[in-house]
Amino acid sequence: MKIIELKDVSKTFVLGDSPVKALDRVTMTICQGEFVAVMGTSGSGKSTLMNVLGCLDRADTGEYLLEGINVSRMDRDQLAHVRNRRIGFVFQGFNLLPRTSALENVELPLLYSPLGLGRESRQRAVEALTTVGLAQRLDHEPSQLSGGQQQRVAIARALVNQPAIILADEPTGNLDSATTLEVITLFQRLNQRGITIVLVTHESEMARFANRIIELADGRIIKDRGVGDAFGEESSP
Amino acid sequence: MKWMKFVGVALKSIAKNRLRSLLTMLGIIIGVGSVICLISLGKGSQADIQRQVDSMGTNLLIIRSGSASRRGVHGGAGTQDSLSMADARAMDKNLASVAGVSPVISVQAQVIAGAANWNTRIQGVSPGYPLIRNLELSRGTFFAGRDLKVKSKVAVLGKTVADELFSGQDPLGTRIRIRNVPFKVIGVLRAKGQTAMGTDQDDVILIPSTTALYRLSDGKTVRTIMASARSPEAMEQAMAEIRALLRIRHRLRAEERDDFRIRSQTEITSMATRITGTLTLLLSAIAGVSLLVGGIGIMNIMLVSVTERTREIGIRMAVGARGRDILTQFLIEAMILSLLGGGLGIVLGLGIAFGLGRIMGTSVVVDPGIILTAVLFSAGVGIFFGFYPARKAAAMSPINALKYE
Repeated sequence: MKIIELKDVSKTFVLGDSPVKALDRVTMTICQGEFVAVMGTSGSGKSTLMNVLGCLDRADTGEYLLEGINVSRMDRDQLAHVRNRRIGFVFQGFNLLPRTSALENVELPLLYSPLGLGRESRQRAVEALTTVGLAQRLDHEPSQLSGGQQQRVAIARALVNQPAIILADEPTGNLDSATTLEVITLFQRLNQRGITIVLVTHESEMARFANRIIELADGRIIKDRGVGDAFGEESSP
Repeated sequence: MKWMKFVGVALKSIAKNRLRSLLTMLGIIIGVGSVICLISLGKGSQADIQRQVDSMGTNLLIIRSGSASRRGVHGGAGTQDSLSMADARAMDKNLASVAGVSPVISVQAQVIAGAANWNTRIQGVSPGYPLIRNLELSRGTFFAGRDLKVKSKVAVLGKTVADELFSGQDPLGTRIRIRNVPFKVIGVLRAKGQTAMGTDQDDVILIPSTTALYRLSDGKTVRTIMASARSPEAMEQAMAEIRALLRIRHRLRAEERDDFRIRSQTEITSMATRITGTLTLLLSAIAGVSLLVGGIGIMNIMLVSVTERTREIGIRMAVGARGRDILTQFLIEAMILSLLGGGLGIVLGLGIAFGLGRIMGTSVVVDPGIILTAVLFSAGVGIFFGFYPARKAAAMSPINALKYE
């Protein structure tokens, strides 16, 4: 089943006087259960791609179908709803609320869902934190947690609304190699549970854990190849 | 209620950012507090002065003899011997608009009672005087018309004099000597306190006017006559009638100037009101400035926290908050802070006002309109500047809000 379909998606930024094409007619498909690594040099458009996929930013032209629904024509409120329900996003800089416990950070998406905050949201946040191995750190604030732990809180937050897909933009960029391994294996475990994962990285070490690697340069997909065999149908752009 | 869930979020956010919340509230507390404190004190002292003017008497008119002038040198009010006991009697008898009339013959004298002595003001007045001046007796009786006729040597003591000469003992029936003339004490006045100008109204001895005139004074000079109009509305009429009567009695020709002066309590009241009005205006101006400074404080802290808050808004939007969710939360937060700060400001302002009022001995008048204005202004500033950055941030795309520096 196709989860993500991009058709001729372009996005241009204007830096100073010169327009920069961050995405240049990108077309691609990601299916249920894939573990995709997006690679490329800095400025290749991978972060822009992630922001568009995560509905944090809009493409200028082209179509984006998420689970078969065209999100490129949605208004701001509808996009907020999509971010809340269908997507879990993990940032390089964690983006946790300061002075707020791990539990409350993980509960945050539920505040904006019909569930609201309460016993059930707490229950679900505890489950998500248990999944990432932080059941003992519920009441710790971000400043009391290590970088790896903070990122795992962020992953728990991405999980708590049970999205079909998790998008991670250089999730290990701020972490040392030991914690990087911790976080990447966590993604692998989640993928084994059937969650589709797309993550941006520039370390080929990390990309080895994925079963598909997409390489970007100057806003275009230059390579798209499978690793291993599970879902690895070879395709070229 | 959908927005109810954001009350909890707002409260948590306030509790988590204690310093920021406190600083925001501080602006509101200081603004509201100082306005309430200053204006309550200003209005209080205004009321005090009004009360003191009122306590001078009921619809009081003061007639003083004019200024004597000899070869171009004016002696000042009361130096001309133009008023007489007969003037006072005539006013009392003939004028419909006048409720009471009393000459006032003032003499400063040493008073001796047993071993004690005291220098005080002796005032020769008529039995109508207590009514004119709103005086009440705490003990004994006041002298009557008969005492005036026979020039009785009786005295009614002011509270201060009674305390000084008798220190707690009962003065009724005892004898005192004023300029070596023996007087019998027949009454003691109830305390009246100080005038607006600071004179002790209880430091006085009242005796019959005739006795004062012939025993203690020169037998003819009456410098002051006090009268009381029937009602506040009759003041103007009473003044006109007194003036007409005195001009006839003093045989003044049309082109001659009055040889007396009439001042009314209304004049004194309006003067006092003008002075305290200026005072209140000045205090209000200071209060306005502190409200403005408080407002700028609120504005600053709100704008300074904008970077952190924009990131927070970005995070919230990234996990699915809609623009209106953000705005609801921030609006509630700003309102809670404003109300809390306003409440604390009211408590602090009133506390300081009552404390200072007690220390300075002035009354405190609480004006709900002023409180409401101060709270509404600070709350308005707090809510606007709490809400404005949130509105700006909520209009950004989540990714721009997250990257905001």
